[in-house]
Amino acid sequence: MNGWTGTTLRVNLTNGDISKEPTNMENARNYFGARGLGTKILYDEVDPKVDALSPENKLIFAPGPLTGTFGPSVGRFNVVTKGPLTGAIAASNSGGSFGPEMKFAGYDMLIIEGKSKKPVYLWINDDQVEIRDAGKIWGKEVPDTTDLIRAETDEGAKVACIGPAGEKLVLFACIMNEMYRAAGRSGVGAVMGSKNLKAVAVVGNHPVVVADAKAFEAAVMIARAKIQANPVGGAGLKAYGTDVLVNILNQVGSLPARNFHDGHFPTADKIGGESLSKNVLVRPKACFSCIISCGRVSKVTNPKYAGEGEGPEYESAWGFGADCGIDDLDAITKANFICNELGLDTITMGTTIACAMDLFADKIITEKNTDGIPLHFGDAETMVKLISMTGRREGFGDQLAEGSYRLAKKYGHPEYSMTVKKQEMPAYDPRGVQGIGLNFATANCGAAHVRGYTIAPEVLGNPFKVDQHTTDGKPALVKTFQDLTAALDSTGACLFTTFGIGAAELAAMLSACTGIAYSTEDFMKTGDRIWNLERLWNLKAGFTKADDTLPDRVLKEPIQTGPSKGDISHVGVMMPEYYKLRGWDEDGVPTEVKLRSLALL
Amino acid sequence: MTKLLMIHPEKCTGCENCVLACSFHHEKDFRPAATRIHVFTWEREGISVPMMCQQCGDAPCIKVCPTGAMHRTTGAGVVDWDTKKCIRCRMCTQACPFGNAVYDVLTNSILKCDECQGDPACVRMCPNKALDFIEDTISTRSSTKAFASKFKEAFQEVK
Repeated sequence: MNGWTGTTLRVNLTNGDISKEPTNMENARNYFGARGLGTKILYDEVDPKVDALSPENKLIFAPGPLTGTFGPSVGRFNVVTKGPLTGAIAASNSGGSFGPEMKFAGYDMLIIEGKSKKPVYLWINDDQVEIRDAGKIWGKEVPDTTDLIRAETDEGAKVACIGPAGEKLVLFACIMNEMYRAAGRSGVGAVMGSKNLKAVAVVGNHPVVVADAKAFEAAVMIARAKIQANPVGGAGLKAYGTDVLVNILNQVGSLPARNFHDGHFPTADKIGGESLSKNVLVRPKACFSCIISCGRVSKVTNPKYAGEGEGPEYESAWGFGADCGIDDLDAITKANFICNELGLDTITMGTTIACAMDLFADKIITEKNTDGIPLHFGDAETMVKLISMTGRREGFGDQLAEGSYRLAKKYGHPEYSMTVKKQEMPAYDPRGVQGIGLNFATANCGAAHVRGYTIAPEVLGNPFKVDQHTTDGKPALVKTFQDLTAALDSTGACLFTTFGIGAAELAAMLSACTGIAYSTEDFMKTGDRIWNLERLWNLKAGFTKADDTLPDRVLKEPIQTGPSKGDISHVGVMMPEYYKLRGWDEDGVPTEVKLRSLALL
Repeated sequence: MTKLLMIHPEKCTGCENCVLACSFHHEKDFRPAATRIHVFTWEREGISVPMMCQQCGDAPCIKVCPTGAMHRTTGAGVVDWDTKKCIRCRMCTQACPFGNAVYDVLTNSILKCDECQGDPACVRMCPNKALDFIEDTISTRSSTKAFASKFKEAFQEVK
């Protein structure tokens, strides 16, 4: 077997059954692995109407066919499940070494079913798989959980686990691996918690084999050289991390501030990558097989916020920073550390606090609702305090643990929640950058930047520059980026490889790896197929075209200051053309012709 | 002049491209357990250290080998392993003070760095210049030893 291992591991936690089955190779050919193959399993096996936190939901861990090789930055895996935050399909993507180790243990996928009666963890020691008691580990934070499980299994084990937030079913809990890497969004950690599964530990000694070693090495060397020659992929991300984007987005007037009341944050430089490198960075760190090294090992010495760990990423620095009106990098970094330890998605955490501050500013909630805690934009100390309370569902934190949509709705004002499909928008103002707004509105997992990162052409000029303010040509741009990303995610590659390479280079590596000849066109069509299958699942879950929009605030209230002053999002203008390009009818439903062309009918 | 592999842990990001390159060069597939270079990462501290055979001048693996399988050709820098002479007693794996000679069950081999016959794959694939293959001069040798003693301390602290 080339690229794929050919084996899928299935574990039923209700009855303790552990079984190995051949990976369906027709599905593998058509969906690659990771996000695509996981989606196919979810589509075939899970009723879209199930309660995300019920035993009927399944949790699928899936690396890609390139994962485990020395392709540049291809060591990723996806967690596919029904997301409890959104009710939509979730495919949360993480790096580290966990995905490659799954391959070395011999598995293309791990499918978790049912629910254990008591807390357990799964120990995958190559061919030997066992469900073990996690009674003594339940309640522990992520780094301690990792250490304790390694002590019980193998000191070199790769451990994916939940923290207290996942156990307490916080709707935006993550699954963390190698302590600091996160399958972050949509609440996949809560699904794991609902199954009483604390962790999965894995060690493997199988080879990942490629079909044509010589051709594979040649394709890898071309891809590596292109990424290394790219100013972002080859230098910028290592020097400054993703947080370098703070100043860039602020300079183009598209860094959302104070719960999207504005698109410009005057003191942004204090929380940007340049300040991060000067003040809290210890060293850059890479995931397995990565040549980019965007990870930040960081340390805060200020006694008020002292700690060590990793982060912040751009999205986190913005969520705890500009979106909460905060410019204290020490506090922001501490907030990120706490999220890592408790297993919380930093984007939804930061933006939910911002929403609460907004509700408080407009007196929709008062200290009576917040356990006496005043919530003011700019109050860093309170922001940090609220995170621990949320991760453990203590006091007002119990309300924040439901995410901004449910919080704002509870007090009668859902319009204060900056969400699409109940998932919070990340750090790009869709009023200032039109294409990314269309991507937020149509992303199948709810608002997310990593489904179709049009920021690359619209702001960074990679691989070409387009006008950020226009809607012209954006539906086609968004579709192309969404399809490319769906296919790329499904190989196991990191999105950041697109700072250097595209579908042609990825298809070349995948072909030499698997022995199946994929053209650039095949590669993009696979992305389209995955996108449509996710869409079909969401439609069956009850989503309609009414869900393909953005919060009223960004449709009606213009950006107040900065270079994009006066802009609003024109997402509605772009939608009909987007549907048409997708081959969907005016209700956003894929046509029969379209489904047939993708072999989905 | 012989060359030697120098490591610069301060530049290492823990990506393990060296591990994959080593496995691929020797085995034509990707299996970290079959690598001759090992990267140890301390996640809490955010530190990664690559390690491979030091090609010791006074090599314990050669001394302990009962058949002469572990040997050095006169004048060469590399300690070589002869698969035909080896009886798989694994004394070398125990004698190595750094644990850099490993027995692999799958291939029934002793895995130790052979410097890829003069063009180490790990050095070629390291994206961070954390590995160097350089002339064995007096100065490089002394700094290699300084690094070596650092790992030793690190391991003693951890264990």
